Amino acid sequence: MALNLKKLSHKPEMLAPGHRACSGCTAPFMIRLALKMVEDDEKLVTSIATGCMEVVTTIYPFSAWKCSNIHCAFENSAATLSGAEAAYRVLAKRGKVKEKFKFLAMGGDGGTYDIGFQSLSGAMERGHEMLYICYDNEGYMNTGIQRSSATPKGAETNTSFAGTAKPGKEQHRKDLTACLVAHDIPYVAQASVHNIRDLGDKIYKGLHCGGPAFINVLAPCHRGWRIGVDQGVEYARLAVEANFWPLFEVEKGLYKINYKPKTQLPITDWLKGQGRFKHLFNDKNKHIIDELQAEADKKWKQLLRREAESLEDAKAAAPAQA
Amino acid sequence: MAEVKKVKGWRDVAIGGLVEPGTSEQYNTGSWRTYRPVWHADRCIHCLQCWAFCPDSSIVVKDEKFSGFDYYHCKGCGLCAKMCPVKGEKAITMILETEAAKAEKK
Amino acid sequence: MSTTAVSKGAGSKFTPHEIMGLSGNEAAAEALKQVNPDVAAVFPITPQTELMHKFAEYVANGAVDTELINVESEHSAMSATVGASAAGARAVTATSANGLALMWEIVAIASSLRLPIVMPVVNRAISGPLNIHCDHSDTMGCRDLGWIQLYSEDSQEAYDNMIQAFRIAEDKSVMLPVMVTFDGFIISHTMERVEIIADDGVVRKFVGEYKPENYLLNAQHPVTYGPLDLPDWLFEHKRQEVQGFLNAPEVIKKVGREYGQITGRSYDLLENYRMDDAELAVVALGSTAGTAKAAIDELRDEGVKAGLVKIRCFRPFPGKELCATLGRCKAVSVMDRSFSFGLEGGPVFNEIRGAAYGAGLKVPMVSHIYGIGGRDINVTQIRGIFEGLKKLASGGRIETVENYVGLRE
Repeated sequence: MALNLKKLSHKPEMLAPGHRACSGCTAPFMIRLALKMVEDDEKLVTSIATGCMEVVTTIYPFSAWKCSNIHCAFENSAATLSGAEAAYRVLAKRGKVKEKFKFLAMGGDGGTYDIGFQSLSGAMERGHEMLYICYDNEGYMNTGIQRSSATPKGAETNTSFAGTAKPGKEQHRKDLTACLVAHDIPYVAQASVHNIRDLGDKIYKGLHCGGPAFINVLAPCHRGWRIGVDQGVEYARLAVEANFWPLFEVEKGLYKINYKPKTQLPITDWLKGQGRFKHLFNDKNKHIIDELQAEADKKWKQLLRREAESLEDAKAAAPAQA
Repeated sequence: MAEVKKVKGWRDVAIGGLVEPGTSEQYNTGSWRTYRPVWHADRCIHCLQCWAFCPDSSIVVKDEKFSGFDYYHCKGCGLCAKMCPVKGEKAITMILETEAAKAEKK
Repeated sequence: MSTTAVSKGAGSKFTPHEIMGLSGNEAAAEALKQVNPDVAAVFPITPQTELMHKFAEYVANGAVDTELINVESEHSAMSATVGASAAGARAVTATSANGLALMWEIVAIASSLRLPIVMPVVNRAISGPLNIHCDHSDTMGCRDLGWIQLYSEDSQEAYDNMIQAFRIAEDKSVMLPVMVTFDGFIISHTMERVEIIADDGVVRKFVGEYKPENYLLNAQHPVTYGPLDLPDWLFEHKRQEVQGFLNAPEVIKKVGREYGQITGRSYDLLENYRMDDAELAVVALGSTAGTAKAAIDELRDEGVKAGLVKIRCFRPFPGKELCATLGRCKAVSVMDRSFSFGLEGGPVFNEIRGAAYGAGLKVPMVSHIYGIGGRDINVTQIRGIFEGLKKLASGGRIETVENYVGLRE
């Protein structure tokens, strides 16, 4: 389904305004888009991990959700929704639920990469027909900007300060998308909030792939990244143009890169201007920038190789031409 | 949409803290605004980029065309102006609320 | 499992039943089979494991059409059960000890969302050091998490409590999750004579169809579960939860009576055993009640006016009922199968003593802690407790409030 904004504008808005996300947050419009990626005869049940998007959308007695939503705890968005999905299967079988339902779980990088990793892995392995979207803003932003395993190396957070003894976060980020690819589920993708068309298509695919699906969406937090209120989308784009956050999908094990920058931007184009990386731009910490560049290059090459292999595999699997 | 009543005793609150859908619409986040988006009809190409990127569902679209802002909810983040693809002067610009208030008085 | 007899039911006012040799785990699984819940999310843990083996077998053989979710942890077991229940399903899980501890966070969330989940808990000592045998440290530890707790004396009661639990939990005036507990190994793995309602249809009719009011899969009326409940609302929601507990005793009694009308086995909050004229009483929960009954029978034969108050329903706590019975005694021991560290006496003892103060009881009361980590308790030891009570009843002083039975000094 090629996303068409004009057509999309006819779909009902399922995330009501009046939620209390920070001004300029990039996650709410991603959720708005996601909730529109169902067919007219499909209903949605969503679950959300404790975190920014949960607290801002459900401050009692108000809810921004127009579809059903459940928040249970921080680490169990996937497990909770897997129960709802199982309930749907049995209640449909027993004739108690007649409508078609789709299932969408969400969590930030804290609730997905870290504390909710086991719950996510379990739900994906069990094959529940649900899409899990991680809105990855590279840190525990809801609790006040602490490092997560999604935080890039060198970034300053409130638990990885850049001081005289330490240069910010000391480890490279976890490649969660690769972890999910290893689950051999029907659909895994990496997307970014700046590319709505690509993002919308991926969410649609994920919801309709007939099994578990996972999409890792880069959704910058202007507070945590220390950029301008209106710069979140721009910095997501720069991350993609610098090949720090490639847009790709893995369908039934086959890789496809959805966007290849004509000219790859240097990583510094993404780093500079972000307050959390400010301390890297001096002689003492320059090596971290080099490491980030090398890591991005290594990952991109890996991805190109995997795409090439996938093309070979697809060719080999295709029926021989008569 | 159910109207959220101001104060309820424990006997009247919904069991288990259940919340009615979409009720956040009754909450005014427009008061957060420092900057106000202003639309310039002559420059708008109705591409709906502003609508797609608005975190607060505050761009009103009618018949596939931009038709206004929901100032009761718009937080004034400026993403709409930022994402406007019109070259040169954009179809949405941001002005200070204080300036907008002065202009309204005149 | 073997069927040894089938009553014809002819001439009996009760529904026909089968007599089977079942372990507690099998009896609970049998009840679950007859109820045929919508969703069961499970993770193995000793001594609960066999319960879910049995249920998984029923699923595999088509005896039930429940959706079985084989989750990757107890935390996810309770999470998935919460998701299923909120979605509008009748949902169950089961656990023991450390599994209960791992799901702790979600145990509290389940009750606060007022989800009528039913969970058998096979009592086992909370680690550490690691121990897989029975004590009540697991369920006593979560007595304030908002779940109704029904303790079972034997496999029969495990079966009976399981069936009643659904009616209690789902009653609109209650809407609270229910834990049905039975002692690990002592009940869970011991084969006993159990009367099973012969016709599954009778069980299903008794339990009734689950009709949720607000649920995620309601296409006409979506709902948000689990909001951020700030200081201006949480107090009200918690007070509402209290109301569920205030309404529960009448419902538990009513369901117990109705169950008795079908099966001949009625249930109340407490069971008073030879208490009418008892001067010396012990209070116990779970399988120890059976051992105590044997000790009391011996003592009665010897002319000692001994009795037992068995707590079936620990949450809501039947303080008034306990005091009404214990107030007539001259000395009381409360037997606890767990510690309340830093507090003198076990948890059940302290709750009863608290209730006794409110009721103006003057009866001397001591705490006996026993059976920790599966340590056996026998008739002789319980007779020993009564020996102590005799001294107290004849004006003896309470030397130590917290006493241990079966501990090597």
